[in-house]
Amino acid sequence: MKAGKFKDILITSLIKVCGYSAIIFVGMIFVFLIKEGSPALIRVPLENFLQLRWYPIEDRFGLLPLIGGSLIVTLGAAIFSIPLGIVSAVYIAEVAPRWAREILKPLVEVLGGLPSVMLGFIGILVIVPALRQALNLPTGLTAFTGALILGGMAIPTIVSVAEDALDAVPKTYREAALAMGATRWQTIWKVTLPAAKSGVLTAVMLGVGRAIGETMTVMMVTGNAAVFPTGFGAIFKPVRTMTATIAAEMGEVASGSTHYHVLFLIGIILFLISLTVNLIAASVVFRQRKRTERILS
Amino acid sequence: MNAFNSDLNEPSPVPMEVKPRALNASMEIVLTDPKIIVEHLSISYSDGTESLKDIYLAIPKNAITVLFGPAGGGKSTLLRTINRLNDLADVVKVQGHVWLDGVDILSPEIDVIKLRRKVGIVFARPVVLPLTIRQNLTYGLELAGQKDRTIHADAVERSLKAAAIWDEVKDRLDEPAVSLSGGQQQRICLARSLVLEPEVILLDEPTSGLDPISTGKVEASLQTLKENYTIVLVPHSVQQAARVADYAAFFLGGELIEYTIGKQIFTNPLDSRTEDYVEGRFG
Ligand SMILES: Nc1ncnc2c1ncn2[C@@H]1O[C@H](COP(=O)(O)OP(=O)(O)OP(=O)(O)O)[C@@H](O)[C@H]1O
Ligand SMILES: [Mg+2]
Repeated sequence: MKAGKFKDILITSLIKVCGYSAIIFVGMIFVFLIKEGSPALIRVPLENFLQLRWYPIEDRFGLLPLIGGSLIVTLGAAIFSIPLGIVSAVYIAEVAPRWAREILKPLVEVLGGLPSVMLGFIGILVIVPALRQALNLPTGLTAFTGALILGGMAIPTIVSVAEDALDAVPKTYREAALAMGATRWQTIWKVTLPAAKSGVLTAVMLGVGRAIGETMTVMMVTGNAAVFPTGFGAIFKPVRTMTATIAAEMGEVASGSTHYHVLFLIGIILFLISLTVNLIAASVVFRQRKRTERILS
Repeated sequence: MNAFNSDLNEPSPVPMEVKPRALNASMEIVLTDPKIIVEHLSISYSDGTESLKDIYLAIPKNAITVLFGPAGGGKSTLLRTINRLNDLADVVKVQGHVWLDGVDILSPEIDVIKLRRKVGIVFARPVVLPLTIRQNLTYGLELAGQKDRTIHADAVERSLKAAAIWDEVKDRLDEPAVSLSGGQQQRICLARSLVLEPEVILLDEPTSGLDPISTGKVEASLQTLKENYTIVLVPHSVQQAARVADYAAFFLGGELIEYTIGKQIFTNPLDSRTEDYVEGRFG
């Protein structure tokens, strides 16, 4: 009895230590980011950040082309990966015959595990030349190429997580809808998908989150020209994302220089963007969860 | 009913030469004008076991027919076959026919959506959709293409009254249905199946999660409903079966052991296995 109690306390405190250290690590990373990034705000006047040129050698630190580049690539990836991912998940979970499901589900998991560099290869060797020829562009290294490949990376994550969510919807919901005379599509659209909303949203956040943070592939296929994307045609021009900028320049910058601090500032901006996205998603999911808990209780 | 029939080019005739296993003099009443005839129905799931074995059963109009027996007897399987909800399950073999008004509903040409509007079902656990009380009821109408608000309002009132819940919810129709008690939710589900004006109502242990008072209310509304509907009920206890059954069928291990009028089966069963179960010696 006594020994059991001691073991209990030991395990509890071990779990506590692990949990707290995870929080402490994240906190330390954040403190480090702030410490290294904030000097940039003092050294560089705000107008400098708001210009359209990123040319660190001449002390031009326009962040807009980088933020614009990240946005256009991420949005482009989201626009086609979200619908495609959700529709595939619906197909696998609700429509596909059992044997097809048993092949597709593991296949999607494997695709999700592909290293991003490999996708970069495919991008450079296949998509870039094909796009250049098809649209008669000066270069195939464009925002569109990046969006295509990032979207391709996000799809397996979206499909896999959304499929789990759809699968978790109680069978009774579907039966209730069907018993009311709903067709299979009405059931999916009006009952199953809304019931799985929080899980599907999590899938989208994870998938798009992977796209926002992705560095390697975008560096390989977007051309890395720090030009602010304007107009619709911009998606077929080279861009440079925030992540690619940090990855490409951090290695060659003098520690403690203005350029160095600005790179950390970009890191902080990235961090804030993904934090906002996650908070929005979490609040929606939380609201939804409270409602389903009430339903299921 | 006619709209339903007209979907098939030529309704097949009901073969009347087949007779139920335990035929009692009173069964002739059932057989004169049955609503549903289950004819030599056998069903196997993918695990290979035969969950229904050569069932023959004629279900009369305007009465409560009870399917009872121990767990795994195939009662739910039969119920869910009557509105083709079992299409979703892993059924590997279906033999025989289920005739509804002379139409074989197991035929592949049947419009399953129309069938399900004609044959409503209420499950053991109430499944209200995360909508308001009113929307839960009008949802089925909207699916059927009915948009007229006044028709909606009439149908809502009529079916809530028929399910004996109108007085409890009439002032809160726009509140979420999940805020109701379990017993009230179950009657909402009953009303929801009534809203589509079905002809047959299937109930699978509809009161298994309810307190005695709610159970009493559901049973009372079934007694009124049977005047206009064909009701097939899987009860949650033998006591309930005895209380409500006009006709009762005893299922054991996928077989229909005995089928006769309710009074008979609960007081003077023909088969010793029925007797053992009714008197609580097993199950
Ligand atoms: N979806 C399914 N897949 C595979 N086997 C099933 C399925 N549904 C039922 N069965 C099997 O069919 C048999 C009959 O089940 P059924 O649910 O019809 O019995 P029941 O009489 O309703 O039992 P209970 O009183 O427990 O509800 C059982 O042996 C069960 O294991
Ligand atoms: Mg059952």
